[in-house]
Amino acid sequence: MNKVLLIIQREYLSRVKKKSFVVMTLLVPGLILAMYGIVALIYAKSDDLNIKHIVRVHDESGIFQGKFHDKKNLVFVNAAQSVPESKADLKKNHDDFLLLISDRFPQPGAVQLLSKNKPNFNIIDNISDQMNQIATSNSLVKAGIDTAKLNEAMKSDITIDAKQITDKGVEDSSVKASYFAGVAGAILIYISLFIYGAQVMRGVIEEKTTRIIVVIVSSVKPFQLMLGKIIGVGMVGLTQFMLWIVLSTGVTYIAGGFLMKDKATVKTEQTHLDKPGTTLPATDAPTTPKSPALSFYNSLQTIHYGYILSCFIFYFLTGYLLYSALFAAVGSAVDSETETQQFMFPITLPLLFTYLLSFAFLINNPDSSLAFWLSVIPFTAPVAMMVRIPFGVPDWQLALSAAMMIAGFLFTTWVASRIYRVGILMYGKKASYKELAKWFFYKE
Amino acid sequence: MLSIRNIVKQYAGHRALSDVSLEVESGQIFGLLGPNGAGKTSLIRIINQITAPDSGQIWFNGEQLNQSHIERIGYMPEERGLYKKMEIGEQMIYLARLKGLSREEARKRLKYWFEKLEIQNWWNKKVEELSKGMQQKAQFVATVLHEPDLIILDEPFSGFDPVNAEIIKDEILELNRKGATILFSTHRMESVEELCDAIALIHQSHKILDGSIKDIRNSYRNNTFLVEYNGPQFNWDGSQPFTLLEETTNNGDHLLKIKLNGQSSNQALQYLIPKVQITRWQEVIPSMHEVFINKVTKTDQGHE
Repeated sequence: MNKVLLIIQREYLSRVKKKSFVVMTLLVPGLILAMYGIVALIYAKSDDLNIKHIVRVHDESGIFQGKFHDKKNLVFVNAAQSVPESKADLKKNHDDFLLLISDRFPQPGAVQLLSKNKPNFNIIDNISDQMNQIATSNSLVKAGIDTAKLNEAMKSDITIDAKQITDKGVEDSSVKASYFAGVAGAILIYISLFIYGAQVMRGVIEEKTTRIIVVIVSSVKPFQLMLGKIIGVGMVGLTQFMLWIVLSTGVTYIAGGFLMKDKATVKTEQTHLDKPGTTLPATDAPTTPKSPALSFYNSLQTIHYGYILSCFIFYFLTGYLLYSALFAAVGSAVDSETETQQFMFPITLPLLFTYLLSFAFLINNPDSSLAFWLSVIPFTAPVAMMVRIPFGVPDWQLALSAAMMIAGFLFTTWVASRIYRVGILMYGKKASYKELAKWFFYKE
Repeated sequence: MLSIRNIVKQYAGHRALSDVSLEVESGQIFGLLGPNGAGKTSLIRIINQITAPDSGQIWFNGEQLNQSHIERIGYMPEERGLYKKMEIGEQMIYLARLKGLSREEARKRLKYWFEKLEIQNWWNKKVEELSKGMQQKAQFVATVLHEPDLIILDEPFSGFDPVNAEIIKDEILELNRKGATILFSTHRMESVEELCDAIALIHQSHKILDGSIKDIRNSYRNNTFLVEYNGPQFNWDGSQPFTLLEETTNNGDHLLKIKLNGQSSNQALQYLIPKVQITRWQEVIPSMHEVFINKVTKTDQGHE
């Protein structure tokens, strides 16, 4: 047993020390950080929170004059000067805008926004939103429609609260978020099973081609070596996940803090709009934050992270043990990595099949009987379950699937070790399935 | 020390070992000889418990071979191999720890060996950065680091240049003097005569010869002698107590290779002394190489 620990230690340390491991570990939180960074950047750019922009309005149409309301960073002023004078002023004041509305309005090209610097799209959006509202309500008034009554009539704000009735009572259910979590879980487990399984296989092939295998098995039993390698690589995988989770949570926490600040900004805007005495009631005062990033961030918070995470760890571990044993057997049967193809295909087929099916079918039918069967068959369960879990899986199914997984990996490890012990000492023999079967039945 | 009793190993296509029995005495250097594919490596793997025999037993120091003996055996396979990307010092320690040594002890002994072989500056080098000869040296160190009682070397000199082969040979002899029993396989006969106390010859899965070098060579003596003398040439008319096998003549100096016909050396000398001036008298004892070839070809003919 002591020797297995030694092997685990070597397999683990030799991989964790590699540059590629460090790069991969930093890459994922880095990407998340970059994603938040981009969102934050767009925000910072589009809001220019600390700069007050003065917009001088030359309204020849007379429709808009005095009807703009100020925003936190936008102050509307009726221009007292002539247009050329305002234009000259603009050159001095970099942050100011000149809004020209000709009497030809609403013909195209009747509205111009002039500035020294390039205006950002948020400001343009804001101004055009306001102008649309003003113009619409102007038309309504002209047509003799009571805008106040109309607004009252049109004030309907429907959002659907999806609730799920579970044993624990009624729970919030965010289908969108579950969908996302299901897809993400399936992709992640599919990829990681392959990555770490292949690492085990490559490790076995390396030992075989460098011939150190003979030295090692003169000190330990082949099964100890295989077990040590599988556990060692598995721990590398877990370490990587843990670091990803810790680093990503840290990054999300910090970045989330930034987004929350934006949320506060949105709120102030709302109060501005709702201020009594404004000439026009806001017809579409935003009830939800406008930022797609923020709403996504919010919906992600409805997911039971702890539950999904523990399921992920469980299915990664058991799935990994199940597949890596088979990968180890494949590695032992070949002389080089190029020969692995013929054996890899049937091994990965169930996983690939479920993976493809999860997007085409499972994600939309997480409670179908096909989904049930796929989630209890050990070869397909890791992917199938990760898709299903965010939508809720009955406890008995989860227990059954878990038991099947454990039985499954014990079985594959046993089969694989019987092939492995013979395969590692075989050179130059082109292994066929018939050959593998023979190895399996070799007596000790 | 090592007692191999009636080992049989059958592979799918062929029989690797048929009823092989050997005795290796403690403190011996034992040579396991045989042509390629004879079954030497199969036997070595069985002694190292890498594979199990179909039948037969192996006894190690009076106990039936079991897992606990692994730490008492050091094995260098014919196909040398180390982890290419691993630092050499770390790797040696790892391999020694797999043989049951503690980290500290392994480090201490490794230092001694690296200084002895003057390779201290390799410690942090990766295996792939070393030349093949250097890798072999490192492999040898890895084999003996845990100070095994029995050192098994499969073709120890293949791959070494003559200088390094000499160094390794000296190290083997020194380890043997310190009490280690050495079992090595080879098909290079000159190293056998130099090193071995006893040998076994395996051919086509059968042991066809074993015993001490001296006994084997004695049993292959065939009354052949080399004689060098100064004087007249003999007239080979059958009157001599020996028959001529070869003769070289050079200015009255003659070199004869003769075979005695039932007489002793003394009788032959008595015949020669009054007639010629003898400068050399030497018995021709067959080399292990000749024994090897002789035995193998005889066995092959016997099989046909």
